[in-house]
Amino acid sequence: MIGTLATYLAFPFVRYALVVGVLIALCSSLLGVTLVLKRFSFIGDGLSHVAFGALAIAGILNLTDDMLFVLPVTVLAAVLLLRTGQNTKIKGDAAIAMISVSALAIGYLLMNLFSTSTNLSGDVCSTLFGSTSILTLTKGEVWLCAVLSLSVVALFVLFYNRLFAVTFDEDFARASGTRVEAYNLLIAVVIAVIIVLAMNLVGSLLISALIIFPAMSAMRVFSSFKAVTVFSGVLSVVSALLGMLISIIYGTPVGATIVAVDLAAFLLCCIAARAKGGK
Amino acid sequence: MEQLTCSNLTLGYEGRPVLSGVSFSVNEGDYLCIVGENGSGKSTLMKTILGLQKPMGGTIAFRNGVRANEIGYLPQQTAVQKDFPATVREIVLSGCQGRLGKRPFYGRKEKELAALNMEKMGLTALEGRSYRNLSGGQQQRVLLARALCATQKILLLDEPVSGLDPKVTLEMYGLIERLNREDGVTIIMISHDIAAAVQYASHILHVGHETFFGTCAEYRKSPPALRFFASEGGEAQ
Repeated sequence: MIGTLATYLAFPFVRYALVVGVLIALCSSLLGVTLVLKRFSFIGDGLSHVAFGALAIAGILNLTDDMLFVLPVTVLAAVLLLRTGQNTKIKGDAAIAMISVSALAIGYLLMNLFSTSTNLSGDVCSTLFGSTSILTLTKGEVWLCAVLSLSVVALFVLFYNRLFAVTFDEDFARASGTRVEAYNLLIAVVIAVIIVLAMNLVGSLLISALIIFPAMSAMRVFSSFKAVTVFSGVLSVVSALLGMLISIIYGTPVGATIVAVDLAAFLLCCIAARAKGGK
Repeated sequence: MEQLTCSNLTLGYEGRPVLSGVSFSVNEGDYLCIVGENGSGKSTLMKTILGLQKPMGGTIAFRNGVRANEIGYLPQQTAVQKDFPATVREIVLSGCQGRLGKRPFYGRKEKELAALNMEKMGLTALEGRSYRNLSGGQQQRVLLARALCATQKILLLDEPVSGLDPKVTLEMYGLIERLNREDGVTIIMISHDIAAAVQYASHILHVGHETFFGTCAEYRKSPPALRFFASEGGEAQ
């Protein structure tokens, strides 16, 4: 088993995939805590479907660089979704559900009508559940991904205290002169960037897992915000790494394996919390 | 010394006025209770004073060195907070966010201030405990300590005793009274507990059908208060 692993690790593209996977897992889990606590868990799901729709359109338009189209569209959707969250006419969760299914339907429709590919269902499946594209990343894409994820981590650390304040109590933060709207916008933009990055790793249907599971697991076990944040980052990185290694060795689908590991970690944390509480 | 003056305020949301012609002023060391029926616009008034929403008419002015973001605010608890994974210390420290300016992290000064206010609220022993595992009264004390980190001058309290049992309610009122008497903190409190308001406050602002503003003694003789006490008496029988 170690031998197989060593053989695979000798390939640079496998190493790239591991690096990118770890970075994406790290930044998605950091904001996960805020999103879960702000009751925005489903924004990841909604946005990833928007990204799927945008990707379909980019494919039809034959854009050479999908990212340039998908990223702005997803960021825009994120901003709009967080806006409607504050508007009482359409409730946040309903808005997310509507946008999410519409984008999914239109994306699939367009792919069906205009696809030039011979293997349509294969294309759709790989976009939804994560493709092997994480194994075909070029050096340039790895760098882009690394720079984006490290900026997310840096932003998070820099604004940690503000994010905590805005997550815990928006009204108090606003009354103290904190620019709540600006931070909500920042959260929206960052989460959109993460989702577009994570599509390569786990596909658009499974992204929510990367965002929600580590935060939920950490919240079971720890009681301070700092500990929850740090542990969810660590847990997410370990799960992603483990998931990717398992999928390399046993040839299982990358995205689904990572999510399965995340789920297992969550169950372990539940048991740990119960054991701790039972004492 | 006057700290806050509101003149001829018209308040509302989505273009619909809920309250108009509200004028009052608050001096340093005052204990003002804002009372009125549900839906009379008490919370809207508080949000407007805090600058969370704009008045539809009239003016709000802070005077004598009080800045709009130097108000300590004790909001009503939200569902999100009840289950929030954060320690007492983290939450109290977040009251210092207005002092950060452009700095990203809290310094020693803020940490000392947080420690001082935790001590004042009797929270030092609970410092490392998780907020979600505290009792309702302890949670309110945490939020009060946080509000004190934001100000030493004015506290705005939105129904600070709602959901507390009678014993803890008394403790909470006592704590607020001490802050007012001993530390000279100006108190502006929203309450629907008129009986307690009359007992503790120095001034009363009654909003709703008819607006009344004056000292507590004047309020006892005013029509809205008389009507209230008459109806209270009627209910009790």
